Amino acid sequence: MTNYLIDYTLHLADNALILGQRNAEWCGHGPVLEQDIAITNISLDLVGQARNFYQYAAELIHQSVDKSTHPATEDSLAYLRTEREFKNCLLVEQPNTDWAQTILRQFFFSNYQFLLYQELQKNNDTQLAAIAEKSLKEVTYHLRWSSEWVIRLGDGTAESHQRMLQAIDELWRYTGEIFTAADYEEEAGVDPSLFQPQWLNKVKEVFDEATLPVPEKTFMQSGGKTGTHTEHLGFILTELQYIQRAYPDSQW
Amino acid sequence: MNFIRKFYYGDIPEDKAGGNIVSSSSKTDWPLWEVFIRSKQGLDHKHAGSLHAADAQMAIENARDVYTRRMEGVSIWVVESKYIHASSPDEAASLYEPANDKVYRHPTFYDLPDEVNHM
Repeated sequence: MTNYLIDYTLHLADNALILGQRNAEWCGHGPVLEQDIAITNISLDLVGQARNFYQYAAELIHQSVDKSTHPATEDSLAYLRTEREFKNCLLVEQPNTDWAQTILRQFFFSNYQFLLYQELQKNNDTQLAAIAEKSLKEVTYHLRWSSEWVIRLGDGTAESHQRMLQAIDELWRYTGEIFTAADYEEEAGVDPSLFQPQWLNKVKEVFDEATLPVPEKTFMQSGGKTGTHTEHLGFILTELQYIQRAYPDSQW
Repeated sequence: MNFIRKFYYGDIPEDKAGGNIVSSSSKTDWPLWEVFIRSKQGLDHKHAGSLHAADAQMAIENARDVYTRRMEGVSIWVVESKYIHASSPDEAASLYEPANDKVYRHPTFYDLPDEVNHM
């Protein structure tokens, strides 16, 4: 009965967790100290959002299944599910190549999350609506920060422009999936295709200022939302889940 | 052909990460900014520290991320350090010491008539 809601909540959580983990890889490696702190702040914001969604998903699972099974917790959902069970979109699991690509991935995703959370605030499910409302302020800043970096790099030096072009070339193919609703999204009453035009307008606005071209229509990769991921997710989960797998239920 | 290089946690090589090499050149490219934070409405902005940024917008965002993570502020001012002019420590004697023996500049020097309330 509530299965679609569990899946949808996990999808929201997985998106935030995986991008948070990707951004965390920059910790100690940022191009300058100030940006190192900025990207890890964003990482922590995303992990915080993921926690809220996982806690809610655990509660929903607890309500819907036989009480004798091992109870789901935010930790078990993050650390003990396999690759095929993760429902994040492909964009967020793409490995870091350089700063330009990290910035662009964040811009594409924050632009989407900003529109999504505005919509989700009005959702019938009051818990999801509350998490969306709380997170929207953070996401507003992520969008502002990443937009300015896209402009700064796109309209910067010949090299930074070139790196942005390469990042667009690499990531654009993963932007279509975001707006193609999975079954659980439709059931949850959130159709992302409705705000795709707004997303595209924002991309055009920022790319125009950044002197970057908006790509033509092209083949889009998909599958992440239903568990068919690129090879990269397995590696990131190995890293993320290592301690819990090696030392089950360890505490510190 | 330019294959995508994959990096995993703790594995980003310095040339990609912009480690020592890039940051040393960017430090010379990016000017220094002084940051002033107002901790709450009604109080003054106070000097919080300094940071590097390419422009004022980036300086404000960096200041937000570096100096207000623990709810230290409600307002940020930034100014390029080169625009701050400072008094010289060598002139301290002539600038500040003459004030030492002029107690009548303090309001507490004066006896108030009893009729004056709320001072």
